[in-house]
Amino acid sequence: MAAVLPSAAPDAAEFTTFGSLTALVPRAIEPLGPQYLSHARRVLRGRTWSEDERIQSELNVKSVEDVDGDDEEEEEEDPAMLAHDPKEWKSQDHYAVLGLSKYRYRATDEQIRRAHRKKVLKHHPDKRAQAGNAEDDGFFKCIQKAMEVLSDPVRRRQYDSVDEAANVAAPSKKSKGNFYKLWGAAFEAEGRFSKKQPVPTIGDENSTKPEVDHFYNFFYNFDSWRTFEYLDEDVPDDSDNRDHKRHIERKNKAARQKHKTEDTARLRKMVDDCLSIDPRIKMFKEAEKKAKEQRKWEREADARKAAEEAKKAKEEAEKAAKEAEEKAKEDREQAKKAKESAKNAKKKNRRVVKGAVKDANYFVEGTASGAAIDAALSDCDAILEKIDDSALAEFVKKLTGLSDAGAIKAVFGETAGALGGSWKVVA
Amino acid sequence: MSEEQQTGDGAMTVIGVSFGNANSSISFTGSDGNVDIIANQDGDRSIPSTLAYVKEDEYHGLQAKAQLIRNSKNTVTNFRDYIGKQFSEIDPTYSHRSAHPVENAGKVGYQLDVLPEEGAEPKFFSVEEVAQIHLRRLRESAEDFLGKPVTGAVLTVPTDFTQKQREELKQIATEAGIPVMQIVSEPVAALLAYDSVTYGAFPKDRIVVVADFGYTRSDAAVIAVRGGMYTVLATAHNYELGGASLDETLADHFAKEFEKKNGIDPRKESARSIAKLIAECEVTRKTLSNSNSSTISIESLAGGFDFHSTINRLRFEMLARKQFDNAVSLVEDVVKKAGLDVLDVDEVVLVGGSAQTPKILSRIEAIFPETTKVASPSGKALNPAELIARGAAVQASLIAGFEQSDIDESLQPLVANAPHLAKSVGVVTADGSFVPVLESYTAVPIRHSAVFEVPAEGGDVLVGIYEGEREIVTRKVESIKEDKDEEDDLDDEEEFSDEEDEETREKVLKPATKLAEAVVKGTKAGGKVEVVINITADLKVSVAVREVGSGAVRGELPAAEVQK
Ligand SMILES: Nc1ncnc2c1ncn2[C@@H]1O[C@H](COP(=O)(O)OP(=O)(O)OP(=O)(O)O)[C@@H](O)[C@H]1O
Ligand SMILES: [Mg+2]
Repeated sequence: MAAVLPSAAPDAAEFTTFGSLTALVPRAIEPLGPQYLSHARRVLRGRTWSEDERIQSELNVKSVEDVDGDDEEEEEEDPAMLAHDPKEWKSQDHYAVLGLSKYRYRATDEQIRRAHRKKVLKHHPDKRAQAGNAEDDGFFKCIQKAMEVLSDPVRRRQYDSVDEAANVAAPSKKSKGNFYKLWGAAFEAEGRFSKKQPVPTIGDENSTKPEVDHFYNFFYNFDSWRTFEYLDEDVPDDSDNRDHKRHIERKNKAARQKHKTEDTARLRKMVDDCLSIDPRIKMFKEAEKKAKEQRKWEREADARKAAEEAKKAKEEAEKAAKEAEEKAKEDREQAKKAKESAKNAKKKNRRVVKGAVKDANYFVEGTASGAAIDAALSDCDAILEKIDDSALAEFVKKLTGLSDAGAIKAVFGETAGALGGSWKVVA
Repeated sequence: MSEEQQTGDGAMTVIGVSFGNANSSISFTGSDGNVDIIANQDGDRSIPSTLAYVKEDEYHGLQAKAQLIRNSKNTVTNFRDYIGKQFSEIDPTYSHRSAHPVENAGKVGYQLDVLPEEGAEPKFFSVEEVAQIHLRRLRESAEDFLGKPVTGAVLTVPTDFTQKQREELKQIATEAGIPVMQIVSEPVAALLAYDSVTYGAFPKDRIVVVADFGYTRSDAAVIAVRGGMYTVLATAHNYELGGASLDETLADHFAKEFEKKNGIDPRKESARSIAKLIAECEVTRKTLSNSNSSTISIESLAGGFDFHSTINRLRFEMLARKQFDNAVSLVEDVVKKAGLDVLDVDEVVLVGGSAQTPKILSRIEAIFPETTKVASPSGKALNPAELIARGAAVQASLIAGFEQSDIDESLQPLVANAPHLAKSVGVVTADGSFVPVLESYTAVPIRHSAVFEVPAEGGDVLVGIYEGEREIVTRKVESIKEDKDEEDDLDDEEEFSDEEDEETREKVLKPATKLAEAVVKGTKAGGKVEVVINITADLKVSVAVREVGSGAVRGELPAAEVQK
């Protein structure tokens, strides 16, 4: 049963991250089994999973070729090559002579040994003698020369340095076609000159920025073993003309230097060219720009948010102040009203008290005399002067409903007594 | 590791050596790539780790084991676990009926009569010397068979062997003329042998219990197999369970029978009577592994009486019920120690000589669900008694082409120690189920991919990446009453549970924590989507999701961390 994925919402983002892995647990892998060997190789060589896969599969191809080497189809021998003058050995294609054209610098020592043995068996003068052309041992000499060069690591490097047939011309900036294939092949060929191995590959459109950076850095800091001795003009070994000899030697040295400088410049231009049109660089720049804009936007978003918050805070403060002010005003008015009503109540109470004095006939029997009225009213005024608001209210309450002069007088007396002081009439 | 081609021309002759307390085996990989066990000069594939002296004559293997009856004082056996230990640290239980270990100048060893003169003082042999002689004999057998000197070997040790013991063993083997390329753990070697026969170089991801029932002891290990790499999650040991304790049980039974008949308890008669009885009990027990009944006959067992009797398998299984219970507990314990449930165990591989006892297999099978494969490997290449040695030969041939310095380099903690995923990481499908892409216990760095189908109509597809969690769900199931077999009444206690309502327990994988979401736009009807999860050595976690055959949507998770 195959697992089916759900459909996505139409506006879903391409990639969203929500969380990270639960912390990994350190454990020991048992160091055995074929896969542990691969693991160890990856760890010790610092290879990523995919790098290791590629390198190993290349190695496998190579070892299969090695194993099958013996029954491999023999390369065709070009008649022009067979006729090559062994004295002109410098211009011969050593790999082609041994039938290793398709391997060139990749040929292993073992392959070279085997190829040499095969060619010797085929072209040995003794064999030729049987075929009736014993004189013609030219190609056999070419074979021996090729072996001489290719079996000596120093001389092989010198030859590999100038092995045009192994070069892959760098594409021009305008070359049409698959960028990675075209340039990848050129850089791969170039990589053979690196003292540092393995050489990073160009990768593809899925390579990460560090991978791409590593690739260019590697080639910008390329440490090449390429040398140009092979192109030297032969130094005559006649001891008679020592000046001439020295002259040639100097010329060779200068030529080597010049070649080397040119080669370095050539590679540099190649890297420049490739970098300038590498679609990934543009992509990374755009991604970087986007990221920057995003960061900027985020930064600005912060600022925006801060401003909004400040404004809101200010508005709120203003509103609060206004409300407080209004409340204060209201409180004041309320207080005024309360005071007024208290005043009115007091006035009314005073009227009641004064009315009661009158109702009590000024505290005398019969018609009150002017002096009695005065005395009663003066006592009443004195009381009203002394008494506080609550006592006054109490006093009025007691008076309310009384009509009997004696009772009224008694209330007056009681109140006055409580207030203390001297009274003319009431006490 | 170096990539140099293996030096052909047979320049390397490497072997595997398993060295048990009771038995040892030597193994090699033939030119056809098949592993085989090398029989010694006596024709034994399982060579008793036993050495005996009759005066100056030295006996080894089965010939030495025969001396346990007549000459137990000068017969040394069960000494492997003493290697690299102080006298105070050893458990001499299994040396009762052979030469007793003694301490001499701070070393554990044996006093053996090896000098020809009558009445000569015994000579002290340290455990290291005994082991060295034993290993030299093994090497000679191998060289005799291969016709070439041994240039390298992989040795196996139990998981509880200390670093000191491993070093000591390496030293001893070197002195015995066996250059040690690597020392590996017994259960992992056994599993490697099992896997290389069953799966080749790419074993299936799974959780395996390796249970080893030996002679003096039994050991179990839970091993996670991930991407062909083995990580031990837990180990457990029982130093009182094995062939020896089963022999003892059987000997008690026959001794009682003999006593009833003849009035003499052979266990009290003489060391020689006991040794005779024990030796025959082992033969009887092995017979019972293949047949339903066995006879036993011992001439002049005690008091001049012969002994003849028979026993059937069922009777033996009843007598040894406690041992079988212990075998089950050992396996249950190790699963528990690993923090797992029996449902998490995908496979059980039984190893060791005593694992050929049928009841051990059936009892262990019974504690696991049907989904767990319990292998009592049979067939020549998977013989439980030989698996450990075979694994050693597999490893030996894998590393034969490398320089020793490269091998040593690959064994460093830097290489072997790796962060392992705490939980599985996978994708949630349309029906809400969780499909792992990376299993828990997978070591980092890792890159793994899985392919999913898109909905029937294609279109934009959602790939939700989650951490998964397994849950155990329990369901009650009405039991079906079964007619019980008559003969089962000997064994009936185990069957009682059948009467009750049964519970079935099931393992379910569930998405737990959402890590990321990716969208693959505009997939074709009938298309497929590949999900690649890559975790680098520096714990960067990246996800790439693509419709098979087109460009990928990529994203990165926050870098992971390792538990302190
Ligand atoms: N066919 C068989 N049936 C049952 N038991 C067997 C069978 N063959 C061998 N054995 C038992 O296996 C035991 C030896 O097992 P093994 O060789 O695995 O031990 P060892 O690993 O050397 O010892 P230890 O585990 O104590 O170190 C002996 O007790 C022997 O009787
Ligand atoms: Mg064992």
